[in-house]
Parts: sequence; structure tokens; C-alpha cells
Amino acid sequence: MQHFRVKFFVQPDLRPDLGAAIPVFHRWIQESRLEEMLIDVADYRHVPGGPGVLLVAHDAFYSLDQAEDRLGLLYTRRTELEGSTQEKLRHAFAAAARACAELEKEPEFAGHLVFSGAECEFSVNDRLLAPNTEETWNLLRPELHALLDSVWGAGSYRLARAGEARDVFRVSAQCETPANLNLFLAG
Amino acid sequence: MKASNPLWKDRLQHQIPPDLGSEIDIFEHEVQLRKQGKIDEKVFAETRLRRGAYGQRYDNGHRHDGVTERTLTYPATEATKGPNTLWDAPGMQRIKIPYGGLDAVQLERLAEVAEEYSDGIAHITTRQDFQLHFVHIEDTPPLMRRLAAVGITTREACGNSVRNVTACPVAGVCRTQTFDVTPYAKALTYFLLGHPDCQDFGRKFKIAFSGCRDEACGLVRMHDLGAVAVTREHNGTTERGFELYVGGGLGTVPQQARLFSEFLPEAELPPIAQAIARVFARLGEKKNRNTARIKFLVSKLGLDEFKRLVMEERGSLPHDDRWTAFLADVPNYQEEPLKPPSLLQLGPEAPEGFAEWRRTNVYEQRQTGYVTITVALPLGDITSTQLRQLANIARKYVKETIRTTVEQNIVLRWVSEGDLVDLFNDLKAAHLAQPGAGTILDITACPGTDTCKLGISSSRGLAAELRERLAATAYEMDEAVRGLHIKVSGCFNSCGQHHACDLGFYGVSRNKGGYTVPHFQVLLGGQWQNNAGSYGLAIGAVPSKRIPETVERITSRYLEGKSNGESFHAWTRRIGKAACKAMIEDLTSIPSHDENPDFYIDWADARKYTIGDIGVGECAGEVVSPIDFQLAACERKAFEAQLALEKGEVEVAARTAYESMLEGAQALVGLRETAPSDPDEVVAGFRKHFFDTQLFYDPFAGPKFAQYFLKAHERRNQTISADRAHQLIEEAQLFIEASHSCHTRMSAQAAKAQPVS
Ligand code: SF4
Repeated sequence: MQHFRVKFFVQPDLRPDLGAAIPVFHRWIQESRLEEMLIDVADYRHVPGGPGVLLVAHDAFYSLDQAEDRLGLLYTRRTELEGSTQEKLRHAFAAAARACAELEKEPEFAGHLVFSGAECEFSVNDRLLAPNTEETWNLLRPELHALLDSVWGAGSYRLARAGEARDVFRVSAQCETPANLNLFLAG
Repeated sequence: MKASNPLWKDRLQHQIPPDLGSEIDIFEHEVQLRKQGKIDEKVFAETRLRRGAYGQRYDNGHRHDGVTERTLTYPATEATKGPNTLWDAPGMQRIKIPYGGLDAVQLERLAEVAEEYSDGIAHITTRQDFQLHFVHIEDTPPLMRRLAAVGITTREACGNSVRNVTACPVAGVCRTQTFDVTPYAKALTYFLLGHPDCQDFGRKFKIAFSGCRDEACGLVRMHDLGAVAVTREHNGTTERGFELYVGGGLGTVPQQARLFSEFLPEAELPPIAQAIARVFARLGEKKNRNTARIKFLVSKLGLDEFKRLVMEERGSLPHDDRWTAFLADVPNYQEEPLKPPSLLQLGPEAPEGFAEWRRTNVYEQRQTGYVTITVALPLGDITSTQLRQLANIARKYVKETIRTTVEQNIVLRWVSEGDLVDLFNDLKAAHLAQPGAGTILDITACPGTDTCKLGISSSRGLAAELRERLAATAYEMDEAVRGLHIKVSGCFNSCGQHHACDLGFYGVSRNKGGYTVPHFQVLLGGQWQNNAGSYGLAIGAVPSKRIPETVERITSRYLEGKSNGESFHAWTRRIGKAACKAMIEDLTSIPSHDENPDFYIDWADARKYTIGDIGVGECAGEVVSPIDFQLAACERKAFEAQLALEKGEVEVAARTAYESMLEGAQALVGLRETAPSDPDEVVAGFRKHFFDTQLFYDPFAGPKFAQYFLKAHERRNQTISADRAHQLIEEAQLFIEASHSCHTRMSAQAAKAQPVS
């Protein structure tokens, strides 16, 4: 399995100015802040429900995604990764969590951008490898449990398939007790 | 690139027509060969362009990050997909949509490929195509296969080929059409696609169809080949045919197409197009891209000689059944509605926003009880999710009668009028019910510096800013202003069609105190109507950050000054170019960097603006060099040439345009030696220091702008037509722009050579 996407949602009561992400992402490029080779920033704020502001890397996209009117940080893995499915899933989860943590620290967003540690969404951006079917669900559910048990604790969260058959494979994950994304990163 | 790439061929083998499938197999093989270095990079570049796979900004591996120029270290460090184009760098994929026609399955497939290979955004172009950005070259064969499986091709979407054939989006349902041009546009598309006579052009070839002469939709007069539907009575029957235009184009030197035939019988359309293609391939310029469009060939030969050659070619063409085979189906060509006609019964409580949306986005069809609605897309962008939602809506309300438009929108045709409120609600739920289609809010913009390698200023950034500001005042806007059209291009190449609108802008840059400042040239008085009936002329360059104020100023003056019912086009013509220029004179000034650093950053960006790797030397400050004054004087002179032409003083206009170039060259030569005053000496100095050394060469256009000046000098004593004088003025403006750029590059090199203390 390849091309995992992970989205962390911004706390629902917050309405940050997405324009602030433009200087932030340019600064990340200047400072090579992320592990991927960063290329450019694209402004899609004019598209309702779109990727907002997009940081383009060679291996991934980071966007302030507004799909289904829910703002969040979406990590999209573009290139292939070595390793097991679990390792690739964890890699995407960690990359998204790290970007969220970095964004929260940026002065442009001080206090206006806080991610919920109680909810996230997984998807696989490849319909051939992972159609949005029961079969893919059966294949990936144990992997998702293995990951989320270590984040939220076994039995403390719910997984639910999302989207239609024509969508990419999607699963939403919700937990009663939020986890600190930074703790996950440290672990 | 995608892990699933090798799997798609087998998966789709029964869904792709064999000829299309084998073409894509060949392309995939070529991708592999180039990766192994077994095909020349130039050959591969043209190959991929003909498959619609285009380069994108920063694909040479260099990008200025606002502080310094960085090397982008892609994994495949040595491999290239063309000269100076790195293998792993993201690229753009253009997807041809003949006459803009689509169905719901195709929308869904476009959504999938945009999501999986691009960034989840599909962009509609000013030629009714789709474009996807940030696509890896090795993802393009599976992407093409998935499109081919639903009848979409990317073949000849770019490169020196026949580009997407465009047509009015309301063809067939239009109230003013002579007849429906759709079956003709479709037939000509597939007749010319891959045709052996269209494989050896020196440049691209663009074709458009329009159902009538007076409306805007087809824009035939700015095309290489334009066909307007006409009929004539002959022996008691009505015959269909086309008013055929040839040799139009925008770009650096815009030209209106010339009338090739007042009535070309419908059966003659394919063979005449083929004959034109053969003459273009045989006699068109091949070496110098800058003069390779067919407009230059028509100008060089003269229309009469060009026609003679085409008719001679037509006479010698071997017969092809396809010329007329499609005509048998034309009488039966008719889209069908999903639902019976109905009239809108509005209850007391229309949904919020419905009235405004209905006013601007709903077009009453010639068929009673049906309407065509426009889905207005900001900057032509739509998400994958929205494409899927739109596919659902198209299935629910119409028989998937969908078209893209050259205004970068999508229309749904054959909506039963009684469904309008429900349809509006469904569109609204998908964020697709934005009002303002065809108004000042509906701004057209090319990709500009966002993704285009040639972009100078941020056309999309500006368009988004203008849109937001204008939307805030849309409800109190006067109708006369609301109906204006704005178009923005990131550079002189005119992909945003800035010549064919009321307020046009194209990106340029200026130098101030050692910094480069993003600007836009302002063009007023172009016409969108009458199939792009006349082009606007430049009235001055304004800093990008002052363009919103410029729009506000010009539209307010128009409202104050227009007489009853006077159009913007007529008003600009009446007050004249001098008054237009005076109107924005104060807005052309640039505050110093210390005073307002924001002017030195482009829209939707945070980096210090550059047009290259420009450093700031010790001279940075408030010093204005003499050459800046001299070039400003040249601009004024080029403008005086416009005024003279406007008064019908053709000779004066031509002479003044030439002099403006001469003075620009003189100013540059003065940087290297004591500036001569004798014109021949100026030319000699210019050749020595700037032409032979290639210092003046534009990074992309090469010697083109310098040649404008050298040619004008050679021909300065010849008599000249009004058309040529017009062209000379355009060339003078571009030469002066190039002089600014040359000076900027020289300053940058000088600054780099000095240690920064
Ligand atoms: S007008 Fe210039 S910037 Fe815009 S797309 Fe064309 S070449 Fe690129």
C-alpha cells in the first residue's frame, strides 16, 4: 500500500486567516523546515472547499484543506515509500502531526490555529491500489488499529469508513480523549 | 510517482480504443527511453508537448526563495525531460476538450486524475481545456490511459500542432446563432487530430467556431483560423457555410484575423482547413519561433497571394471521404433535454442569493422552457470533490450536456426552467452557485507566475485580489460597471487574452533603487463583443499593488463621464488615449522600498519580488538612474505614437514609434560608451554591445525584441500602412519593456559582482 493521506482537523471554533500560511510556508522553504525537498507555495483560497494554501514538496503536499467545510492540515504522500504498510502509515501520520505542531508554533497563527488531537482522517490516494471497498477496509483496519492503539489507546476510539464508492478509500477516526500531537511525535 | 502506474494498462485494456491505446503505449515507451538517455532531450520535449505534457515554473531546478536563489535537488539529478527541464520537476498536463463538450463520466474521471496525480484542482483554460499542475512525467501515461478510457485525449494539446478547437458554449441553444456549429467543430477536431498534414508546423495553430458574427463567444477574430456560421439562399434552398477568417492572434504582436472567404460552403471546410495547414507547414517560418505563427505568413505573403496558394493546394489535394462524411449526421445532431420544458414558478420565498445568481448566471435558450446555467469558477479552478458533485447535478437535471467556456467556467445546458431553484440549491451545497458570471467579477487569468515558466507578475494573485474586492461592492455597483470584462495575463504572451476585454492587464517589471517591482501594463478599450472585434492598447505600467486602485479609478471616471448608454469601449475611444493615460498617471509612481516594502512583493506571495536572481547592491536607496528617466521618456513617445495613430496620422505614428525605440537603444548604448546621436551609430553601438553579445536577448523570446528595433531602423523610410503602424507601436512597447528588463539584468549582475557590506 502507498500514497497515504492524513488529515488533522482544526478545532471547530477557530477561524484562522489562511493568508497567514503564505509567509509561513515560504519561510519553511527558506529554512528547509520539513524533511521533504520543498518546492513552492500555491494559493487556492479562492476555491471554496479547496486546498486553501498548499505547500508543494517533491514527495508530498501539505495543504490547509477545507474539504466538506472542515479546515485541517492534510498531508498527501505523492511518491512511494519503502517498508511495511504500518511503517508507511506511521510515516504519513507523523509527517502530518509534525506539520500541525510546527504551524501551531508560528507567530502568524498564535492561538488562532489549534489542531484537535481527538480526530483525524485517513485516506489512500490511489483508487487502483485501494478502492473504497470492504476489501480494502478489511486489509487496512488492522493497520489503523495498530497505529491508533499506540496513539489513543486500544478501545478508546472509533473508526468509520467514509465517502462513496467513487471516492478514494477514506476512514475517519475519533477519540473521546484528545491526544497531544507533540507527545506522539516525541514517542 | 504512483505505485499503481504499471497496473493501469491491463486494467483498462478493453476500455481504450486500440489506436489511442497504442499511441499511449508508444509514448510510455518513449518516456522510458528518455529516462535511460536513449532519446535526445529536444526530441522528447516536442514528443511530450504533443501529448500535452508541459513544463512548469522552477523545472530548471532553480528558485529564488525570497532570500537567495536555491537549487532544487530533485532525486534524479542528471535526467532531463527537455533542455533545462529536470526529470523529477513537477509539470503541467493539458487535457483537450474539443468545443468544451463533456459528460458526467468524464467529469468524474477528471476528478480522479486531478486528485491522484495533481493537487486536487482542475483548472479550466481560456481554450476550454483542462490543466492539471504538479504532475510527474512518469505519471502521465497512466493518466492519459484513464482519460482515454472515457474518450478524452491529450494528444496535440500543446506543441506545434492544432490546439483545442473551441466553439461558443451555447452553440445549439443560442438565441442569436445562425446554426449550431457543434458538429462542425467536432468533425474538424477529429479530422485534423494527428493528420499528417498538421505534423510539421513551426508553431501552434488555433481554430475557433462561432454561431454568429456579433456576440463574443467564439472570439474567432483572434484565431489562426476562425469560422462564423452563415447561410445563403441558392436556387431556392438555404445553404450552410462559414465566413472564414485567417491569421489572427494575440501574443506579443496581436493581429485581427483577415477575411479569407465570405461564404465557404460547409463541405469545403475540412479540405480548405487541410489546404491551409499544408501551406502553413510548407511556407511558414520554422527556425524563428517568434515569427512562426500563420499571421506572419499571411502578412508576409499578403492575403491575396496566401489565398491563391491555398486554393492551388486545395485543387491538388487527393479526395478524402472524411471531408463530407460527417455532413450526413449534421441534420440529426441535436442534444436532448432530460426533462420536459417548464417555466419557473417562484414562490414568495426564493432562496437567499437566487435572484442575483439567476440574473447573471442563467441564459434563456432559444428553446422555450429551457435555460443554460453558468457555474462560475473563480480563476477557472474546481476541486475534485466539486467535479463529482457537478457530475451528480448534471445527471439529475440535464442529459449530461456540459461544456467548458473560454471564460474559464462550466455551463449546463438544457435545464428545464422550472428546476432552477432546486438546481441552485444543489449547486449552492457544492459551493458552485457563485453569481457574477460574465460580469466584472468573472475575471479571466492565465496561470502567470504561479506555475508558468514565462510569468513576470502574478496574474492569478491579482485576479483573486480584484475579485474579492469587487465582490464586496458588487451589490451597489452600477450596471454599466458590473458588465465590464477584466482579463489578466502574467506576461506579454496574452494567454489571459488581455487584449480582448474592457480592462486588460499584462505583467511587466520595473526597477527602483536597485529593487525590481512587479507591475502590470494597463490596456483599455479592447472588445470582447463582435468575436473580439478590436484590441486594447497599452496606456502605461502601474505597480501591481496599485492595480485595484487603478480599476477603481477608471471605473469611477467612466461612470462620471459616460453619456447615456455609452459603452466602456466607446467612452475610451471618445475621451482618447491621452485622457486615459492622464487618468492613471499618478498611480504609476513607486514608493521607495523603505516607504512601502509591500510594493516589492507580488500578490499572493511573501518573497521579495525578483525576475531572476537579483541582489541588492550598496546603491539601493532613492537613486533614480538617468536610464530610468530615459526609458520613461521612450514610453511616453511610444504613447504619443498611439495618439497619432488614433488621429489617423499614420506616418507620424510610425516615425514616433521608431524614434521611441531608437531613444531606448541610445540610452542603453550610453551605459557602455558616450551615447551617439546619429541613428546609424546608435544601431551600430546597439549591435556591438547588446545584440552581438546577446545581452539584450530575452531569456525566452531570444533576439525577438532587438530585431523589432533593427528591422524598424532598416525600414524607417518606407511607406507604411495603418495596420503596420499599429504593429510597430506594439513592437516599440515591447522593445522598451525589453530595455527595462535588460537594464534590470545588468543592474543585478553589477550588484552581484559587488561585495554586500
Ligand atoms: S501569458 Fe505569459 S505568464 Fe501567462 S500563461 Fe501565457 S506565457 Fe505564461
